[in-house]
Amino acid sequence: MLSSDSMACNPSNCQSNCYGNEEKAEVVVGEEYVSANQNQNLCIKCKTKEPIGGDEGRMFCIECFRSNLYGKFRLAVTSHAMITPTDNVLVAFSGGPSSRVALQFVHELQHKSLKNFDASRDRSLPVFRVGVAFIDETTISPLPSHDIDRAIQDIRLIVSNLAPPIKQLHVVPIENIYSGDGTNRLKNLLDAVSDTTGKEDLLLHLRMSSLQKVASESGYNKIVLGLCTSRIACHVISATVKGQGYSLPADIQYVDSRWEIPIVLPLRDCLVQELNMLCHLDGLKTVELLKGPCSGINGLVSSFVRILQEENPSRECTIVRTAGKLTPFHFNRIPESDDSIIPLATRRRQKRYNLKPNESISSESFCPICNSPLNKSDMLRLSNLGSCQTNSDSFGAACCSSCRFQILPKDPSSIDHFYSLLPQPLVARAKRSSYDNLSLLREQIQDCLLSDSEDES
Amino acid sequence: MLRVFRNEGRKGNDRVRKLKWKKARRRSRRRPGPACAVSAIRKGPLSKDLKPYSRECFYEVFEEEIHQVIVENQLFKPRERVAIGASGGKDSTVLAYVLSELNRRHNYGLDLFLLSVDEGITGYRDDSLETVKRNEIQYGLPLKIVSYKDLYGWTMDEIVKMIGLKNNCTFCGVFRRQALDRGAALLKVDKVATGHNADDIAETVLLNILRGDIARLSRCTSIVTGEDGPIPRCKPFKYTYEKEIVMYAYFKRLDYFSTECIYSPNAYRGFAREFIKDLERIRPRAILDIIQSGEDFRISTFTKMPEQGTCERCGYISSQKWCKACVLLEGLNRGLPKLGIGRSRGPNNDHKKGTKETNGAKSIESKQCGTLDF
Repeated sequence: MLSSDSMACNPSNCQSNCYGNEEKAEVVVGEEYVSANQNQNLCIKCKTKEPIGGDEGRMFCIECFRSNLYGKFRLAVTSHAMITPTDNVLVAFSGGPSSRVALQFVHELQHKSLKNFDASRDRSLPVFRVGVAFIDETTISPLPSHDIDRAIQDIRLIVSNLAPPIKQLHVVPIENIYSGDGTNRLKNLLDAVSDTTGKEDLLLHLRMSSLQKVASESGYNKIVLGLCTSRIACHVISATVKGQGYSLPADIQYVDSRWEIPIVLPLRDCLVQELNMLCHLDGLKTVELLKGPCSGINGLVSSFVRILQEENPSRECTIVRTAGKLTPFHFNRIPESDDSIIPLATRRRQKRYNLKPNESISSESFCPICNSPLNKSDMLRLSNLGSCQTNSDSFGAACCSSCRFQILPKDPSSIDHFYSLLPQPLVARAKRSSYDNLSLLREQIQDCLLSDSEDES
Repeated sequence: MLRVFRNEGRKGNDRVRKLKWKKARRRSRRRPGPACAVSAIRKGPLSKDLKPYSRECFYEVFEEEIHQVIVENQLFKPRERVAIGASGGKDSTVLAYVLSELNRRHNYGLDLFLLSVDEGITGYRDDSLETVKRNEIQYGLPLKIVSYKDLYGWTMDEIVKMIGLKNNCTFCGVFRRQALDRGAALLKVDKVATGHNADDIAETVLLNILRGDIARLSRCTSIVTGEDGPIPRCKPFKYTYEKEIVMYAYFKRLDYFSTECIYSPNAYRGFAREFIKDLERIRPRAILDIIQSGEDFRISTFTKMPEQGTCERCGYISSQKWCKACVLLEGLNRGLPKLGIGRSRGPNNDHKKGTKETNGAKSIESKQCGTLDF
């Protein structure tokens, strides 16, 4: 029995290995629970059933595990007012376990809301609507297209089974971010990026733009991503390694409203092992499109975090908690609305979580490619731009240093060509950033400018 | 940016060779200096951005970069007395060599000393101390050695015998920091310069993220630390890669001791170090990017500063009632080596999970921390 209370010997005279046992008492979280339990084989929550077993399921029985996981989801949703009755929510579905659980939980929430609606007399609270989006990357994927077709059929089946209420499925070819036939331009754009990591990251940014476009065109007002603790932990490390320390807090909060359609992360507190376990236990079908292993920096970071997590199962949580202590941005909250249909309690909660004393709303400038807020040195460079610049020059200068290094072509003469291959949303973002923010920029970097008398021309 | 020669292979890079000659001629026209020995090098030094330079040009650019860092960050003032933390390893040897060279060349007007710490590790420290003693003679810098045995009554050998190999680096790091300060006070210096390089600082940034230490995360990228403490410290090698330092030491045939500490294999830092080595292979500039991220992290000033006081036991600077070294020593002297390791224990707080160790901590006799007063 591991007990640190009964020390009859002390380390200097003890001949047997009692002293070694004290060290073993400092052990991974899960084992503490096991040793503290009188009957070691019971769920720690309800104390009546057997735990699932294995690494992740050591502590809870099936029901308590499921309710614990759903509880994390529901707490995130309610405390950040992620989904309100008038919302039209788009769930981004990749087929993997995280987005599968996100879809499942959002459906359960909606289903319950529908039951309440049907049961209520005055029908005052509408039921929020849900759509699902899958980004179809057939044109740029190395996988055979019939594999992807089959995956899409599976996805249609999954979504159609999640009714009532019925959810619309949008299968969005990624080249649709271009107006007209964008397949070749997209392929050429990706080929123009020589850095492996840069190419992977550019694809991520294009996927997000794609989601934004379909959400905006189809009338959704929120996007749900299944981003979980484990993926966020990897993002913390890879952003640090790419020199994106300034913008990191923007990407890892529950809410991200810098986009036209705000993004919410209801599974932010769930570990990928838990999500995998739930899919396994409940038979939630996932569609694993075998993408090639991430190479470059993203792959290296994934394996690094995996090694750390194996060494200590609370490492991912610690990483996310540390990064959570970085100061978020003013757009990391749901924009407040005066919609009187939203219950007062929800509005109050919204206000409470959005309230940050002593915070001034500082305006940020954003990189046109990755939409990250620019740090001071990037802003300085942007402000030093002369006025007579070509579109592609000002585009290049408006990008953050990380995108300039890993995505933009090294050779300045190729930037024109690169710029011509960009899809409309990124070009629009670049134009917006250089027009609207020039005076704001000047204001912000006033103390770094040498001469006060530079005029606007 | 530091550019260094790299073996381009036998592809007959005439254009590259011409460029190198042009650069060499420009350089020698600009300032009478060593001629660029282009053709002699087969395996030249490698740098962060992998551009070709000859050996002599590498030395020049390396030294010039350090000089720029010193000047731009105002690390030193004329007539200051500066102690160089000297372990006998490559970083501190190169630091001592370059600093004394730059001190001469650019007339910094500094009084330089070597300050060495003897942790009492047989077979490792006694060998590296011999190296430092040779450096004293080679570079003409006066040397002072402070030992754990004198300061704390314990050598690392004795400590490891008691606590094993899991948390020994914590003890050594805490003791060394104080030892350096005490040695610096004995020498009456104004500043301590250490050989921490870009790789070290990048590892520290990652470690602090992994361990949840947000307060340290905000401080660890500063090039000067402890300005409000007894003796400020600076890191002139903050932007210099370990690889460059190794190459410099190797080609200059500097005398240094190159073995890993024998007690270190289990250090947690090893994870971060492996990762950074792999990272450097894919993208060399990532090391500087990590430091950039560390500098850019938005950390509110509330979390930054721990309140600064002094240790009740020995008077050293401390944010708690007892400084960490005293807490650890207390543990050693009472045969409780977990005291001060891990979360919130020991006489410094009332944590509920705290063990029997909190009772009677102050009443037990123990060896004194050190005889110096601050």
